[in-house]
Amino acid sequence: MDSTITTYTPRATTKVKPKSQVRLYVFPIIALLFILFFLLELGIGSVHIPISGVVASLLGLGQAEDTWIKIINELRMPRTIAAAVGGAALGTAGLQLQTLFRNPLAGPWALGLTAGAQLGVALVVTAAAVVGSSFLENLAFFSNLSIVAGAMLGCVLVLLLIVAVARRVSTITLLIFGLMLGYLAQGLISVILHFTNQSQAKIFAGWNDGSFSGVYWEHFPILIPLAAIGLISGMLMAKPLNALLLGERYAHSLGISVKRTRIVTLTSAVLLAAPVTAYCGPILFLGLIVPHLARGLFNTSDHRVLIPGVMLLGGVIALAADLFVHLPWERHFLHLNAVNALIGAPVVMWVILRNRRMRGFEL
Amino acid sequence: MKKILQLENLSIGYTQRKQHKIVAKDITVDLFGGELVCLLGPNGAGKSTLMRTISGAQKPLGGQVLLEGKVIHDLPARHLAKKLSLVLTERVQGGLLTAYEIVALGRYPHTTWTGKLTDKDHDIIQWSIEMAGANELAGRMLAELSDGERQKIMVARALAQEPEVMILDEVTAFLDLPRRVEIMQLLRKLAHQTGKAILLSTHDMDLALRSADRLWLLPKGGDLQVGAPEDLVLNGAFEHAFASEGVAFNRQSGAFQMYQSYQRTVQLSGKGEGMLWTKRALERDGITVSESANTIIEVQNDPDRWVLRNGNTSQQFETIYDLMSGIRREEVTL
Repeated sequence: MDSTITTYTPRATTKVKPKSQVRLYVFPIIALLFILFFLLELGIGSVHIPISGVVASLLGLGQAEDTWIKIINELRMPRTIAAAVGGAALGTAGLQLQTLFRNPLAGPWALGLTAGAQLGVALVVTAAAVVGSSFLENLAFFSNLSIVAGAMLGCVLVLLLIVAVARRVSTITLLIFGLMLGYLAQGLISVILHFTNQSQAKIFAGWNDGSFSGVYWEHFPILIPLAAIGLISGMLMAKPLNALLLGERYAHSLGISVKRTRIVTLTSAVLLAAPVTAYCGPILFLGLIVPHLARGLFNTSDHRVLIPGVMLLGGVIALAADLFVHLPWERHFLHLNAVNALIGAPVVMWVILRNRRMRGFEL
Repeated sequence: MKKILQLENLSIGYTQRKQHKIVAKDITVDLFGGELVCLLGPNGAGKSTLMRTISGAQKPLGGQVLLEGKVIHDLPARHLAKKLSLVLTERVQGGLLTAYEIVALGRYPHTTWTGKLTDKDHDIIQWSIEMAGANELAGRMLAELSDGERQKIMVARALAQEPEVMILDEVTAFLDLPRRVEIMQLLRKLAHQTGKAILLSTHDMDLALRSADRLWLLPKGGDLQVGAPEDLVLNGAFEHAFASEGVAFNRQSGAFQMYQSYQRTVQLSGKGEGMLWTKRALERDGITVSESANTIIEVQNDPDRWVLRNGNTSQQFETIYDLMSGIRREEVTL
């Protein structure tokens, strides 16, 4: 009898393999939008460059004007790349946090990670000011590795706090806790800034508004590798994150090391959220809403689709938001976070009101 | 029969401030392939601790659990996942995944790091869904399924893991009666047809008595009793395990009933189901049937009515409810 059991070969008599409900055709659409917004970002601003001019400048063709090439290369290209990378990074971090904490409203900003990074940067800047270091005097101070290190440290500390609290409180409580951490950090930052001089405080206030415009070429050697490590390690964790959708006990029973998955994924989220915050300042809402939009568009929770999906979609949304900021407005100067709030707040409301079960989370 | 799991002198419990708190000890029992085994016991006897220990989620305080001869707590998680699968009480929030994709997660111990499914994987997934009788659910989103349908899918997922043993912890807890019966029948079928060992913990005594090939009865104090449900009824282990004030196990009906101090007696005449159910109603109010009683209740059929005679007086009732409320209002004397 033993042999009949061990050699049992399953064979389905009726082949029921339902058609996948994942909408993979969304990928090329988003990719096209990505290219379109990328080119528009390079073209639109106080000096208008037609798309043909942008393409010509990029390809080094003859009809490109020298001023165009200069504007694109020195000003708009770094900003555009920063928006694309920042959006991808924050979207991915948001997805990781939502799955790991089983919380649809999690995100780098909502859980206070952004605030932790801000506080870290503020501490580094102030410490440098107090010891009288001169590197703060020029704007390039943001390129300093210590700023990124400070952001990551602040981020990690907040994350440890969140992990400790998360097991004991409900979804909404955790969110309020995270938002309060944000206010606490802002309060501390205000206090800390008293120890700096006025010009430094002004630079910091500008950074604290959140913008992709403060990123220059010299920042990329730090920003891009860190984001790349975060994105690649995020991709590698797609399978265990799928198992975690069932909950930790089920994931464990499927042979997944829950502890290792947590550590790798949270590290990845920090590598994504902290450098972006260090260079661009706090970017609100993006990390929270991009995963929801991606789930809705691709109609799946499968991380093998969602992770590349949020990267691309995060880039598109960040580019679109930044583009909107830089439209040639006659009177107003818009803040990036104001635009983010205009897109983000309704999405969050929709998640809270209509989405309780359909997206597979329960609030 | 193939011996799949062996529990050897197992002590279970938890450690609190470096002190071992033993819930049950000296458990020695084997789990065979092709059998549906139900673990029953009163709350607090350590059912969940035992389930967690057997599934490898918790270390034993003494003794060992062997899976095909190897100590389960020494096996790497991925290796164990190929031999043992779990279904839990909790409502799974699978998000935007179809039932098919959820069942496919059961292949994770067998796939590479990308989770890519081969033709063989798909065949096993389809077979599992078919065995679970869930063909018509396969294409639907998990979020749209009812609790019973979800648990069916989770059973299919556990099956797709191709384990030797499936462990199910209170999986019927939130289901209504028809759904509970359906899941139990499904598990019986799976155990008998696939040769897998299936261990299910449950609160549902009645269903366990009817469906289990073997019962593991864990009373408070941890003295595990094992046997066919009927063996445990006959040798009194059942009554002993659930012995508590106010509740008694009736060996004849195979069900629990409230203790009543039977002070009043009646004679009951009639036949068939009508009499049986009248007796039940009387017992609920502490009235027992006795040949020597003065009052006689005649259960008549066609038309259904109940005639109560006491000496020269007699009264008629149209329903059992009327009869019982008459007795309760003391309009009739027994």
